Amino acid sequence: MDYETVIGLEVHVELLTESKLFCSCPNRFAAEPNINTCPGCLGFPGILPQLNAAAVKKALTAALALNCEVALYSYFDRKNYFYPDISKGYQISQFHVPIGSNGYIDIKDDQGSTKRIRIGRVHMEEDAGKLVHSPAGDTSLVDYNRAGVPLIEVVTEPDLRSPGEAKYYLEKLKSILQYADVSDCKMEEGSLRCDANISLRPLGSDALGSKTELKNMNSFKAVERSLEYEIRRQRDILISGGEVVSQTRRWEENSQKTFAMRGKLQAHDYRCFVDPELAPIQLTAEEVEEARRNLPEQAEARAARFVKDYKLPGYDAAVLTVSRSLADYFEACLQAYDNPKTAANWIMGELMAKLNTAGIEVDRCSFTPASMAELLIMIDEGLISGKLAKEILDQSFSSGKSPRRIVVEENLVQISDHGELEKVIRQMIEKHPDSVENYRAGKTKALGFLVGQAMAETKGKANPQLVNELLLRALES
Amino acid sequence: MSEDFLKEVEHVSRLARLNLKPDEKEKVAGQLQSILGIAKKIQELDTTGVEPTSHVINLPAILREDVVRSSLPVDQVLLNAPKRNKNYFQVPRITAVE
Repeated sequence: MDYETVIGLEVHVELLTESKLFCSCPNRFAAEPNINTCPGCLGFPGILPQLNAAAVKKALTAALALNCEVALYSYFDRKNYFYPDISKGYQISQFHVPIGSNGYIDIKDDQGSTKRIRIGRVHMEEDAGKLVHSPAGDTSLVDYNRAGVPLIEVVTEPDLRSPGEAKYYLEKLKSILQYADVSDCKMEEGSLRCDANISLRPLGSDALGSKTELKNMNSFKAVERSLEYEIRRQRDILISGGEVVSQTRRWEENSQKTFAMRGKLQAHDYRCFVDPELAPIQLTAEEVEEARRNLPEQAEARAARFVKDYKLPGYDAAVLTVSRSLADYFEACLQAYDNPKTAANWIMGELMAKLNTAGIEVDRCSFTPASMAELLIMIDEGLISGKLAKEILDQSFSSGKSPRRIVVEENLVQISDHGELEKVIRQMIEKHPDSVENYRAGKTKALGFLVGQAMAETKGKANPQLVNELLLRALES
Repeated sequence: MSEDFLKEVEHVSRLARLNLKPDEKEKVAGQLQSILGIAKKIQELDTTGVEPTSHVINLPAILREDVVRSSLPVDQVLLNAPKRNKNYFQVPRITAVE
């Protein structure tokens, strides 16, 4: 029998605010545990939660950017459970009335046509603390720095039909939320986290099969892989006549498999009820319209602007707007450098190759837009060759030193001095008489060899055009 | 007391981490039943045309400006920790939620 895959995703996104959702502790990663905490986010009784205005604004922006209907009246509930990551015994979350509902994102499906993925809800909630389990011992350690960090949860309807679609959806969601300045959406750093619900059903059936919920995926790739694994696992069970047990399963990156965690909690076991300590969020239609008008430019609009304002080819504009941070990098570079196409070439070529190898995103890279501009200006000025520029980029990328400083410190300025280069060329001609003879006998390839030797002799610092010119002159004379 | 209702009491007390002795269970079951009786009574009321009360506070939330203030010094944070391990709270190893 053929089966159809049904996937729904629940994505938690940390909001880019200064302070936490209900207290004034910093919303910032800290290496040292429990330093960003106070009686509020530690869950001491008697501390009233004070809702952060910026968090409401970001959540509203997210809801609008995801094409949701916005609730003018929404409120917080208590989701009750006992686990040490929540010290007060409940998580404050919008259970009954989310700030956004009935939204959607359009993605490309596996066939390349546009597919609309419905978003059931976007709701606000507080993050929980972090547990560190000692691998050997019988203890767990708790760090509440993350407790109370503002989150939104974005929940799709079960509209995704393949692991590939799930990946496209996540990429699009990330791009939208980054451009909307809601979150930096870094899955590796935990500011975007994704749980996946997946079930199979006989092809043509409308009923949903029993599903499993997958957790602990730390990258988009891991989401895709865990779904692929789970499809195989569930299909094997169904084909052999068994039943898929509804459960939460944990993805293990090392073994590339999922493992059962615990029986799935039924929603009512959380006994959600209205938090009586928090007044409802009331928005006016005007506030919502204003937020809609002020939605930041999204990727498509920015790409169109790049084509129009900077005369970039459509392909370049699309590549440079893949993430907001890359588009920002490009435009920051243009603040100090005025040839957009050259900047685009270097960013899409050399810089992106370095970023991919290092596995980091552009906003974490120490080669700043100002450094890129500096490097390109030095090439235009004839101070350094393109080849040398690549080496300087390499160095600056790892050390963070500015390209000009590297050039000065390592005495790398390109040699364009005729006298000096003619001296080197004379040496090369004397050293390689065979090549000279070959060239004069019509083997033009020998010229390339001699240019290469001269470049090597100057450790790449010679101006290659000039070497070529002077060498030709010397050989023809 | 019906067997089903006692099961319900056990379930709820487990969720609330209450360890009830058999006689306590009977006593709590009686109290819980009387509370549920009142709720049932309220449900009998005809509420056609009455706007549901979704929230007890009928004022819009007063929002806090997004400004960072200093957190608690970590030594004070950990004063009430049942057990401290460096700057962590230490708890018995927990790997699954019931």
